[in-house]
Amino acid sequence: MPDPSAQTGSTSVSLWRRVTNQGATIFAVVTAIVVILPLLAIFAYLVFKGIGSVNIAFLTQTPKPPGETGGGMANAIVGTGLILLVASAIGLPLGIGAGIYLAEYGRNRFGDVIRFTADVLNGVPSIVIGIAAYSLVVVPQKHFSAFSGGVALGIMMIPTVARATEEMLLMVPNVVREAAYGLGIPKWRTTLSISLRTASAGVITGCMLAFARVAGETAPLLFTAFGNQFWNLKLNQPTAALSLQVFTYAISPYDDWHKQAWAGALILIVLIVGAVAAVRISTSRGKLKGVG
Amino acid sequence: MGVGIEVRGLNAWYGKNLSLKSIDMTVQANHVTAVIGPSGCGKSTFVRCLNRMHETIPEAHAEGLVKVGEMDVYGSGSDPVEVRRRIGMVFQKPNPFPTMSVYGNVAAGLKLNGLRNRKQMDELVERSLKLAALWDEVKDDLHKKSGASLSGGQQQRLCIARSLAVEPEVLLMDEPASALDPISTSKIEELIFQLKQHYTVVIVTHNMQQAARVAEFTGFFLMGSLIEYDKTEKIFTAPADKRTEDYITGRFG
Repeated sequence: MPDPSAQTGSTSVSLWRRVTNQGATIFAVVTAIVVILPLLAIFAYLVFKGIGSVNIAFLTQTPKPPGETGGGMANAIVGTGLILLVASAIGLPLGIGAGIYLAEYGRNRFGDVIRFTADVLNGVPSIVIGIAAYSLVVVPQKHFSAFSGGVALGIMMIPTVARATEEMLLMVPNVVREAAYGLGIPKWRTTLSISLRTASAGVITGCMLAFARVAGETAPLLFTAFGNQFWNLKLNQPTAALSLQVFTYAISPYDDWHKQAWAGALILIVLIVGAVAAVRISTSRGKLKGVG
Repeated sequence: MGVGIEVRGLNAWYGKNLSLKSIDMTVQANHVTAVIGPSGCGKSTFVRCLNRMHETIPEAHAEGLVKVGEMDVYGSGSDPVEVRRRIGMVFQKPNPFPTMSVYGNVAAGLKLNGLRNRKQMDELVERSLKLAALWDEVKDDLHKKSGASLSGGQQQRLCIARSLAVEPEVLLMDEPASALDPISTSKIEELIFQLKQHYTVVIVTHNMQQAARVAEFTGFFLMGSLIEYDKTEKIFTAPADKRTEDYITGRFG
């Protein structure tokens, strides 16, 4: 019996395999590093430029008039939260609802139209969305408001959330739905309590992506939320937002404002990452053993 | 207690394709009835017509008389949701709800049909898991373990428990053991034997030995028609039809 390992060429084959295997692994690791590098670089640069201006005053005070140093962005931090609350209240239910329709009922022409419209809406420049919210909300109300800013961002969230919800629901195996129908559970209940629940992890990820994306938007807020140098908690009044404040300060001629703009950008990114992480942690708690 | 099933002139279509041709069949209450036949003969379609699952497939529909006890399944004013609640179904591939615990899986049908009483729910879940011979294996982490984390055989018994929890009168099983190993299969077969005390069981199987082991009555389907329906013993020892004989002796299918 010939020894298979002693055959001619077998060592060079296994050597070649080892080399390509190593090569592929190194390639994968390098690309992964290249992907996260820009994010890390941006974050590091923001910390480097902004951390010096983040202090108690920055987090608790409103802006000082031009020329005076000090002051902070507390009103903008709260304003961003307020606008995002309105945006989520509009964008998430509409987006999830549309996604449910597309996945469970929309296998027809009308569904295709909605799908196409959502994809187009996703590609509309954010400033155009701002103009739409301006003419739909600001003009009839006759003044800028936190609400109109929330409407603009909410509209931007809808297509992302809808398409993510649809994709995730389509990944739920049909046998799971059949199991529910077989128990005498009506279709609407099956959709909400079985299919959506099975898809919830992916749907939440889609919602967080949409949220994170609009949280940093500036253009749609320029003529909706407008900005404000003072405190405002009313939905129908012009409101400061971190992104707007960073924009205003960054194009100003004052050195102190430039520093504060860096600090504002840092706070914005920390808040977004914090919010996404908080949702992730709170939804992964209470997970069952053996859920994939 | 189980109830009998009366089928008269049942036709079923997929689109324009007639796949069940005028089926007449009487299923005895509290007995196990097996449905056998080669792939594509319509045996699965037949049981899926009994609880109106057939019509959940796009463009599929069925017509004819199906009476389950006193319930006219295809009568005007018959609600498919109510039909399916009273006729339980176990599928070929175990399909527990993946994000729910063992308890949640068994309780799902009760909860989503509106039962709120916690104590009653606990009792029904325990009773169903015991009936499905799964209780001893899962009782320690009913709430902690996901239904999907069980083994294949356990998952199938979980699915049986889930069907039993809503207290159906009839249990339909569509090749319930075809995805399982021999030990799990024999557990399911023992279970079927126990279940007929409380339920009428109709089981689809492509395994003739299985039909011979578990069923008192057997129906042989071929190309959408019910060729022969009789006592299992008779079908396997002295079939009346030549085609039945060819099939059970392994000459085709």
